[in-house]
Amino acid sequence: MAFLTFKGGVHPYDGKSLTKDNPVEPYLPRGEMVYPLSQHIGAPAAPVVQKGDYVKRGQKIGEAGGFVSAPVHSSVSGIVKGMEMRLGATGTMANSIIIENDGKYEETEFVPAKLEELTKEGILKRIQDGGVVGMGGAGFPTHVKLSPKMPEKIEYVLVNGAECEPYLTSNHRKMLEEPEEIIEGLRIMLTLFDNAKGYICIEDNKPDCIAKMKELVKDIPRMEVKELLTKYPQGGERTLIYATTGREINSSMLPADVGCVVDNVDTVAAIYRSVILGEPVMDKVITVTGDGIKSPKNFKVCTGTDLAEVVEAAGGLKDGVSKVIAGGPMMGFAMYDLHVPCTKTTSACLCLKEDPVSKAKQTACINCGRCVSVCPGGVLPARLATFAEHGDMENFQKFDGMECCECGCCSYICPAKRPLTQSIKSMRKMVLASRKKK
Amino acid sequence: MGEMLNVSSNPHVRDKMTTSKIMQLVLIALLPASLFGVWNFGLRALAVILVTVASSVFFEWLYNKLMHKETTIGDFSAAVTGLLLALNMPAGIPLWIPILGSAFAIIVVKQLFGGLGQNFMNPALAARCFLLISFAGKMTDFTVPDSFRGTVDAVSGATPLAALKANGFTDSSVSVFHMFVGDIQGTIGETSVIAILIGAAILLAFKVIDLRIPLTYIGSFGVFIILYMLFSGMGFDTNYLLTHLFGGGLMLGAWFMATDYVTTPITKKGQLVYGCCLGVLTAVFRLFGGAAEGVSYAIIFGNILVPQIERFTRPKAFGKGGKKA
Repeated sequence: MAFLTFKGGVHPYDGKSLTKDNPVEPYLPRGEMVYPLSQHIGAPAAPVVQKGDYVKRGQKIGEAGGFVSAPVHSSVSGIVKGMEMRLGATGTMANSIIIENDGKYEETEFVPAKLEELTKEGILKRIQDGGVVGMGGAGFPTHVKLSPKMPEKIEYVLVNGAECEPYLTSNHRKMLEEPEEIIEGLRIMLTLFDNAKGYICIEDNKPDCIAKMKELVKDIPRMEVKELLTKYPQGGERTLIYATTGREINSSMLPADVGCVVDNVDTVAAIYRSVILGEPVMDKVITVTGDGIKSPKNFKVCTGTDLAEVVEAAGGLKDGVSKVIAGGPMMGFAMYDLHVPCTKTTSACLCLKEDPVSKAKQTACINCGRCVSVCPGGVLPARLATFAEHGDMENFQKFDGMECCECGCCSYICPAKRPLTQSIKSMRKMVLASRKKK
Repeated sequence: MGEMLNVSSNPHVRDKMTTSKIMQLVLIALLPASLFGVWNFGLRALAVILVTVASSVFFEWLYNKLMHKETTIGDFSAAVTGLLLALNMPAGIPLWIPILGSAFAIIVVKQLFGGLGQNFMNPALAARCFLLISFAGKMTDFTVPDSFRGTVDAVSGATPLAALKANGFTDSSVSVFHMFVGDIQGTIGETSVIAILIGAAILLAFKVIDLRIPLTYIGSFGVFIILYMLFSGMGFDTNYLLTHLFGGGLMLGAWFMATDYVTTPITKKGQLVYGCCLGVLTAVFRLFGGAAEGVSYAIIFGNILVPQIERFTRPKAFGKGGKKA
């Protein structure tokens, strides 16, 4: 029996049964590929190819723009068509390299390595060169995360397989189909942190993954599987650390401040591929799902693939679909145009027939306190939203508005259907902008 | 693309519970107490209930109309206010009094302060207090004309608490069992402890309320009464304690009015503090005040304390106090 958890949280309809038993199918893209130069947090990558160049799959096309940055690699072979501003899933335009896929998938030569022969610096270098970033969604460059000031103080390496977002099953399939990659990735991470224990953290709605992982790690020292109570946002960095170690971090701390490193299962697998096989990040497993798609599936797609193409590969949209979301329903981004590239951080494409948000009628706050009950950040969402609506930056910060993790629980639970998360998010952006100015 | 896709900020899903559904659940939860009131006091009680609810909804509609606002009667909050006010009326009240009370509750206490969610006092209780002060005689006259009486032959005139206040604890006092069942004198909805508890169970089952406020309220009230018994020299007396717990508006107030979202603290700790304040205030009013009853005034007074209570019971943000913040 699990059940490690945190205070607050919600239980939305999880929709995972649509795709959890569908094995990952590889999808090979056609035509034009789009590679945004900023698929990560930090400085955008700088292009190292020119229009007309021939590139191979796995070839570096963008060089990291600094330490907190990551390179970008081509996932196909073909001719570079140029650099353009293209629409991304988050609704913003981003500088992107466009490559015409020749369909041959000619690969560059990958240089494998043996873990025993690598130094810690060598491991980090290979992770950095592989363009590995946090693939759970945030996109923080992994080599930076794995280079804390005091590596000997790291006590826990947490592999995040919670997958608490409803509908998403890509991590679930990854853990079932390629668990060895995850375990080998964790082994590499433990090599970097001599005093750390590795926890593979999985929500208890995935008993098959828990059983499989437990079987695989049972004879490996310093590795354990931790069962978590199924509850959104269990897979959030702060809630996950609290559930497994009882330690708390606030918005201005890093997991390393409490001796933890957290990485998504996909990221950990990418660490293995880049360090041992020498392969950069070129593919991503994504879930195409929802009641608005004809045949929901899990796909392994090349980064840069047009999402609209992947949607077609899943049978296409049903008639009357009103909303398509990049990511899960709680933290994903609604898209008005499906012609956006899959990136290293794309986890899903959720197609909903009915949009409960536009249908919901907003009424007055009745002070019921449900938002307070579900807030994992321990703040008062109803009050913060009011401060935000009034533009009261001072009280917003005094009431710990900056501690909000934007998980969306308050908006989800609100019986008056008020967009609490949206108001708070906007205000947080304004506060961050004003802090930068100073 | 023919039709545009919807775009909005996350999250993209919503819980099914709405304000309107919450209010409807409260109405359903008040049904046992209402039906018992009708059985206990006869059709006259039904008339009071219908007139009060109808007039509350009407005043809500009228105010919206006059102010050119979208009508809000669909959220059922006016109906809840009306029903609560009705349950706080004696069955024999002249019908114009609850109508006046509805107008005061809806227009003065609720709408003039900004409508649902903005009133700082419980509208039904504020109206009841207004009526108690204005028409003290009629509001405390619990005799019901014979022609309207139902089946019950209870102590006429005085409620158990009033009798307790006037004569002390005597052998002729109403038995605790009758108070639990509710076939006694009092306002329409307050007499039956069992009917109120059934309603409270409905609210708890649907998670409309939790136990924080009712338990701290009833608990702190009970503790205060026990201390009073011990220190006043009367010694511990179970019947005296239970008469206070079951009598008057304590049960109806603790489960249905002290739990009104709008006029209670939003913080969890604050709700505990608030419940304790109500318990102590009610006991003080009942034991040392002029009137036998104290629940309405205690809750109204507690409502005023809510902003102060919230101020010092703000929860600790997750991870606060850690490094760098």
